[in-house]
Amino acid sequence: METIVSETIEEQPLQSVITKKDLMMTFVFSNFQQASFNYERIHALAFCVDMIPTIKRIYHTKEEQSEALKRHLTFFNTTPAVCGPVIGVTIAMEEAKASGADIDDGTINSLKVGLMGPLAGVGDPLVWGTLRPIAAAIGASLALSGNILGPILFFIAFNAVRLSMKWFGLTYGFRKGLDIVKDLSGNLLQKLTEGATILGLFIMGVLVTKWTTINIPLVVSKTPGQDGKMIVTTVQNVLDDLVPGLLALGLTLLMMKLLKKKVSPIVLIFVLFAVGIVGYGLGLLN
Amino acid sequence: MALSIIQIVLIFIFSCVAGMGSVLDEFQTHRPLIACTIVGLILGDLTTGIILGGTLELIALGWMNIGAAQSPDSALASVIATILVVVGHQDIQAGIAIALPVAAAGQVLTVIARTITVAFQHAADKEAETAAFNKIIFLHFSALFVQALRVAIPATIVAIFVSAEMVNKMLAMIPEVVTGGLAVAGGFIVVVGYAMVLNMMSVKYLMPFFYLGFVLGGYLEFSLLSFGVIGLITALIYVQLNPNFTKSLTLQPNEQMVYSGAIVADDELDD
Repeated sequence: METIVSETIEEQPLQSVITKKDLMMTFVFSNFQQASFNYERIHALAFCVDMIPTIKRIYHTKEEQSEALKRHLTFFNTTPAVCGPVIGVTIAMEEAKASGADIDDGTINSLKVGLMGPLAGVGDPLVWGTLRPIAAAIGASLALSGNILGPILFFIAFNAVRLSMKWFGLTYGFRKGLDIVKDLSGNLLQKLTEGATILGLFIMGVLVTKWTTINIPLVVSKTPGQDGKMIVTTVQNVLDDLVPGLLALGLTLLMMKLLKKKVSPIVLIFVLFAVGIVGYGLGLLN
Repeated sequence: MALSIIQIVLIFIFSCVAGMGSVLDEFQTHRPLIACTIVGLILGDLTTGIILGGTLELIALGWMNIGAAQSPDSALASVIATILVVVGHQDIQAGIAIALPVAAAGQVLTVIARTITVAFQHAADKEAETAAFNKIIFLHFSALFVQALRVAIPATIVAIFVSAEMVNKMLAMIPEVVTGGLAVAGGFIVVVGYAMVLNMMSVKYLMPFFYLGFVLGGYLEFSLLSFGVIGLITALIYVQLNPNFTKSLTLQPNEQMVYSGAIVADDELDD
């Protein structure tokens, strides 16, 4: 195992081949986390780009590099300001994998999913619900009287906090990740794999119902209620009474099956767009 | 008052920056406070820009991107409203009246742009086969130009003709069934992404945890952080109680102590 003590990070010497320059490059990339935002996999391409400095550093054959790139072209989404810790931990995991630890694709992806959901749970209310409204409200109140300090203050305050969250999140995640993979002796790795998979699957289940929107407004029945008002029951109401998010779950399972049968994701995307447009046109979906 | 060529070029450039900022949501160049100020500066009336920016910012405080959903488009609204207020000599109230429908219309363009970028994602999949690093980075950043032009093209048209009505008319030419349908599909197209992740990490005997998350997520109004804690605790309990792990576990020193302590206690009782 080749490890060089990187002297570039001051706090504690890290057993890592990842240089501070690699982390810096990743940090710069992570400021463009939503550049290729797309409905299919949200930040997938961005996460892959974030990992490129690491992949270049630790994998040396084309095959390994290609495998690693593909591993990180999967669905990813979190509040952009808090993506740092996930990227940091993932860098550490990749490095352990490159130096021979038996970490499979599933573990790395489970860990990413397991972290991104809860981090978005912290990040959305913290950044979009608190930091920005407060900074913007202070800036706007100054701006209402034509004071140039308003926009300047908003810009500097928001970005200073955001950038430090990104950088410290990234380095913190990286250090924690190294701690985790440092002593992957005995069955700790197995435990980590299984634990991460459980956490990842659990969060994925939550996201399927929380982050997917399907509504079938087709009316099933109209009955007068006790107060004389008409109670309208739609197909969606009936489905929600069974379990909320049933259609999202069904659709996800169907996609899993089709993907396993080697149906191209592009075809699936186009079919789903067509379903959306036709369904909307016929009034079956809204 | 018509704008000079330089002003139109500057509007085009800044609209590109605002458009990119709008999707990135990092530096906040798409927020009214920044965008109106800079457009005001370009048009030679900084103060009006700042005041309009402050006013619109307060209206837009709650416009935020959560999950895969996106907010009304403050970038296009800010740029166009500032041009019409400063150059078209409208008051601030008229600026608000212009900004709101443009923000809604801009949202439609955002949906289209985020659909187009699916193609960039798939192009990157292909480049990953040969580990073409630079091409992947290039694809990632070139997707930004779709977003830049999304704001820059309509904004520049307004800068040339100083008419918001024209832009709204052009946007209205896109059939409603297409934009509405794309927005509806945008709500669930992400299942393909979920399916890919799940296929990668799915371990059959652990799938019940996926369904557990699904059912709890459907009924509980918890924050995602709380769900994370529940998931983590569930994982810890499972790993700790799993007999596969406890059997092969070599005894830790402190556990040995507890164990021998128990034996000593037993012995004492026997005596």
